[in-house]
Amino acid sequence: MELIDLYRGMARIRAFELAAEAASVGGVAALGQAIDPRSKVRGPLHVSIGQEAVAVAVCAHLQRADLLTSSHRGHGHTLAKGGDMRRMMAELYGRRDGSNGGKGGSMHIADFSVGMLGANGVVAAGLPIACGAAQALKILRRPQIVACFFGDGAANRGPFLESLNWACVYGLPVLFVCEDNRWSATSKTGALTGGPGIAARAEALGVPAFTADGNDVAAVHDLAGRLVHEVRAGAGPRLLHAKTWRVRGHLSADRQGYRDPADIERATAADPLARAKAQLLAGGTPAAELAAIDAAVTDELAQAMAFAEASPPPAAAEAYEDVQTMGAGPWR
Amino acid sequence: MTTMSYAEASAAALREAMRQDPRVVVLGEDVGRGGIFQQYLGLQAEFGAERVIDTPISESAIAGGGVGMALAGLRPVVELRVVDFALCAMDEIVNQAAKNRFMFGGQGRVPVVLRMPIGMWTHSAAQHSQSLEAWFAHLPGVTVMCPSTPQDNHVLLAQALRGEDPVIYMEHKELWGVRGPVDPADAMPAGHARVLRRGADVVLVAWSAAVPLAERAATELAAQGIDAGVIDLRTLWPWDRETVLAEAAHTGHLLVVHESVQVAGFGAEVAASAAQHTGCRVGRLGAPRIPVGYAAALEAEARIGVPQIVAAAQALRSPNHRQTHA
Repeated sequence: MELIDLYRGMARIRAFELAAEAASVGGVAALGQAIDPRSKVRGPLHVSIGQEAVAVAVCAHLQRADLLTSSHRGHGHTLAKGGDMRRMMAELYGRRDGSNGGKGGSMHIADFSVGMLGANGVVAAGLPIACGAAQALKILRRPQIVACFFGDGAANRGPFLESLNWACVYGLPVLFVCEDNRWSATSKTGALTGGPGIAARAEALGVPAFTADGNDVAAVHDLAGRLVHEVRAGAGPRLLHAKTWRVRGHLSADRQGYRDPADIERATAADPLARAKAQLLAGGTPAAELAAIDAAVTDELAQAMAFAEASPPPAAAEAYEDVQTMGAGPWR
Repeated sequence: MTTMSYAEASAAALREAMRQDPRVVVLGEDVGRGGIFQQYLGLQAEFGAERVIDTPISESAIAGGGVGMALAGLRPVVELRVVDFALCAMDEIVNQAAKNRFMFGGQGRVPVVLRMPIGMWTHSAAQHSQSLEAWFAHLPGVTVMCPSTPQDNHVLLAQALRGEDPVIYMEHKELWGVRGPVDPADAMPAGHARVLRRGADVVLVAWSAAVPLAERAATELAAQGIDAGVIDLRTLWPWDRETVLAEAAHTGHLLVVHESVQVAGFGAEVAASAAQHTGCRVGRLGAPRIPVGYAAALEAEARIGVPQIVAAAQALRSPNHRQTHA
């Protein structure tokens, strides 16, 4: 994929995240605050502002039928995998036409139709699922692979160890992608992580690991291209360690009072979108072409917002649907 | 009709399903050698190591891997050895398997059978002796099966392997060697209780290893002039409320008996439902709220037996009965 296409992908994610963030103001009942009735997006919202490059650069190498598991910060992965922006925004709005029918919201955003098997509210929970999916693909002799996105905090949970070892033992077609934004909720990951780091841990478990500047979309694209090729060729699992920066709080209502303002400034200055734009302009791309991309993204977002706004909320009776087939019902 | 052990009956059901459906696979520790209870005996030889998968001691990856396999088109049987070890995979079972279908708006299905035998395993002490079926009956999104006979271990496992959703499949650690007739054609559906005997005076409701105890108690009660019926619930979710309520209404007295701890046990759900809907008199008998001890005297204290069931039924029938502590 060309740099300008990567730029377009990042711009779509950025626009979505900014709009979701704006719509979520007052939507979290944290610290006893009442929900602002004007807020359209409710509850915990984890945006990936500043981390868009990793999602776009990795997914650029995936096919529609490839599978993907995600973390709690999954909007970007879903959009990059080909998810429908309108249905995604409707899901954040808790509407019937949302990708999950309003049953999941931001933390469980998913679009199985494009192989995106879901964001997850539990750190590291996607890793075993990714391994199982990859094992199924292998058993079923399918040519697809699985991309498994998780954050740096996940490397301190047991399923990280179990899954990397598992993927190595069975030689599974999984690309593990650690989006290392350096924060575990409101704690610095480095201070809570022993040893020489995530890539070294992966290597110790038999999974070849490679590190890239996660805010350099071209660099991640190059590395991901090589690793996806190897995984697809049957070489077994690989881990891509993308060092990036979290610009916003753990969730949208988190004002990051615990964080050194200089650290936030540095994270903001590392903006992958601005970097890609500067590279494009320096390489001779006309500013008007970039402006046209931005305008198209603005238009797509406006349509997504209108779609979400127009969709009705789910009916109460839908709370009983898709619980289970045998033994369903209210039972009381 | 053939005679099989409880372990052989489940192996036969699984073998048949694997022959019919190439999507059925097994993953877990030591399954290639037949599993610790021999319930997978011969399967790896027939179906190969790719479908009968020996795994590391990694419960999160085993259970979570089962979820991923199911989402990608397989029908995995997840072997967790004993329920006590399934606790290492509670996120994968409770947050991932059970909620996937609902949380993602019905986009996917997780047809996974999670095998986790319950119950005491004589002299195995506190971490190998638990009966935690009530935890899972409390969990929306799963079915819970607790077979008590070779027949039901055959037909319920076969049905679990054809389902759409996660099944918590709870065999009993001390029933593996029990032999009995197996007739695959007699496939009573999951969710239906089996009325083992009808009684006029009291109905005993049980499941898993408490069923044979309840049957023996009913025989003793008959000798004392109390006509006791016995129901094997077979599945805890869904449970056959209709059959249980009918017998409760018929006898006016219901005693629910289980090996698990009485406090907040599934017996409370059965007893409360019966009292609420039929006005019958109810009692429940389960283990005291203590971990299971190693020494014989300690372990015995945690075990319910036939004399206790008989005594509880007699007390329930006495004219001035007031339920007190067990």
